Amino acid sequence: MSKKIHVTTTINGEPIEFLCEARHSLLEVLRDSLGLTGSKEGCNNGNCGACTVMLNGVPVDSCLVLGVEVEGATIETVEGIAQNGELHPIQQCFLEGAALQCGICTPGFLVAAKALLEKNPHPSEEEIRFNLAGNLCRCTGYDKIVRSVQAAASQLQETTS
Amino acid sequence: MKNFEYAAPANVESATALLEKYGDAAKILAGGTDIIVQLREGLRAADVVIDIKNIPEIVDYQYSADVGLQLGAATPCYRIYGDEELAKAYPAVLDSTRIIGGWQIQSRASVGGNLCNASPAADSIPSLIAHQATCHIAGPHGRRSVAAQDFCTGPGRNTLEQGEMLVALTLPPSKPNSGSAYLRFIPRNEMDIAVVGAASWVQLDDSGESIQSGRIALAAVAPVPLYAEEASSWLSGQPATAATFVEAGELAKNIVSPISDMRGTAEYRQHLVGVLVKRTLKIAVERARTNQ
Ligand SMILES: Cc1cc2nc3c(=O)[nH]c(=O)nc-3n(C[C@H](O)[C@H](O)[C@H](O)COP(=O)(O)OP(=O)(O)OC[C@H]3O[C@@H](n4cnc5c(N)ncnc54)[C@H](O)[C@@H]3O)c2cc1C
Ligand code: FES
Ligand code: FES
Repeated sequence: MSKKIHVTTTINGEPIEFLCEARHSLLEVLRDSLGLTGSKEGCNNGNCGACTVMLNGVPVDSCLVLGVEVEGATIETVEGIAQNGELHPIQQCFLEGAALQCGICTPGFLVAAKALLEKNPHPSEEEIRFNLAGNLCRCTGYDKIVRSVQAAASQLQETTS
Repeated sequence: MKNFEYAAPANVESATALLEKYGDAAKILAGGTDIIVQLREGLRAADVVIDIKNIPEIVDYQYSADVGLQLGAATPCYRIYGDEELAKAYPAVLDSTRIIGGWQIQSRASVGGNLCNASPAADSIPSLIAHQATCHIAGPHGRRSVAAQDFCTGPGRNTLEQGEMLVALTLPPSKPNSGSAYLRFIPRNEMDIAVVGAASWVQLDDSGESIQSGRIALAAVAPVPLYAEEASSWLSGQPATAATFVEAGELAKNIVSPISDMRGTAEYRQHLVGVLVKRTLKIAVERARTNQ
C-alpha cells in the first residue's frame, strides 16, 4: 500500500477532507475519490481544458495539479455553478445556443467562461477566443460557444443593471 | 504515474537540503505544467517531489523603478502580466508570459520553471536574455548567480548542480528611451510551441532617431536559447530605421543552427529569424518612443 496523505480543502463552498497518494492529480481526486465527475479528462496533459476548475480564484487544469497541493485551498468545480437547482445564465445560454454536442468539453468551457465574465463582464469576441484558447472542442467549431458566452454576458449585464 | 514522496518546505534552506540529500531522485515542482506531464509520461522520474510554492520569496515579486525587478522563481505568469509598471519596464517579458499556454496554464506556469525546464523553444528565455536578467541560485554551499544567457546548457539541461535551485530572477531597472518586444512564430493563433522565437531590446538616443544600444535573443534555433551578440553590438549607433532592422536580422541569422522537424525545416527557421528580428526591433523602437 502506498502512503496516503490527508488533505483539507474547500470545494464549492463546503469543507472537504480526503486522502490521496502524492502522485494523484486533483482531477483524479475529484472524479475518483469525491465523486465529482463533472470535470472531464480529455488529454491528461494540460492541452484540452476539459478538467478546468477554479483554484484559489484562478482557472487551472486540474490534471496538472497534484491533490496534495490543494491543502488549505479553495476550489470551485462545474458542480458549483448552478445554484439552488437553477442553472447559471452561462449554462442556460450554452443550452439555448447549442454550444455543445458530445459535451465532454462543456464543463471546462463553463468554468473558464464564468471566470472570464467575472474578470471582464464585456469581453470582445477576440477576448473570448483568447481567454478560452486553453479549452478545446472537437465538435462545435467554437462559434456557438463564443456566441453563447456573448449572450450570457448581455444577460448578466441586464440582471445587474 | 509512479508514486513519490511529497515535500513542501517553507524555506530555501530546507529545500536545498532535500535536494542535496536525494540528488537526481528529487524534482522541484513549481507550477507543474512541465514536470507533472514529464513524470506522468515517464520522461523524468522522482522519488521525492519538492513543491517550492510554500516558500514566500519564491512565489512573489518586487519592483521599483530604481532597483528593478526581483521575480521569485515560481511566481505564476498571471501574477505579473497584469502589472502596468512591469509592462512599461519589461514589455518583452510580459509579451512572453501572455503567450505561455492558455489561461489555465498561465495560472500556474512560472518564468523560473520555463527557464529551468530549458526547452530550446521556451518563450520567456529570449526576453530574459534581452533584458539582461540575472539568475540567483541557492545551494548547499551558498548562493551564486549567472546571466540568463548562460543558464541553459542543452535541451532540458541547465547549469544547476546537485542540491541547487533557482530562487529568483532579477532584471535591471528600465533605461530611459528603451523598449522591447517578443514574438514567436506558430502555425496556430495560440497554444503552440514556437517554430522560432525572438526578443529585441533597444535604447534610443534622446532624439529617438538612433539606437544607442540593443540586445537580440532567439529561441528554437539552437540547442539552447541564444544571445545574438554580433547583431546586438552592431546595433549601437545605427539609425532606428527599417533598413537597420533588416540588417540586424541578417546578422542574427549567422549564429543559428536550427534543426528540421515537424514544425519546420532548418531553412525555414533561418528565414523566420530574419523576419522576427526585424518585427521585434520595429515594435521595440515604437515602444521606446511612446513609453516615456
Ligand atoms: C498545454 C501547455 C502549453 C504550454 N505552452 C507553452 C508555451 O506556449 N511556451 C512555453 O515556453 N512553454 C509552454 N509550456 C511549457 C510550460 O508551461 C512552461 O515551460 C512553464 O513556464 C513551466 O513553468 P512551471 O512553473 O509550470 O514549471 P514546472 O513544471 O514546475 O518545472 C519545470 C522544470 O523546472 C524545474 N524547476 C522549476 N522551478 C525550479 C527552480 N526554482 N529551481 C530549479 N528547478 C526548477 C522542475 O523540476 C522542472 O524540471 C506549455 C505546457 C503545457 C502543458
Ligand atoms: S484533461 Fe486536463 S487539460 Fe485535458
Ligand atoms: S462538444 Fe464535443 S468536444 Fe466540445
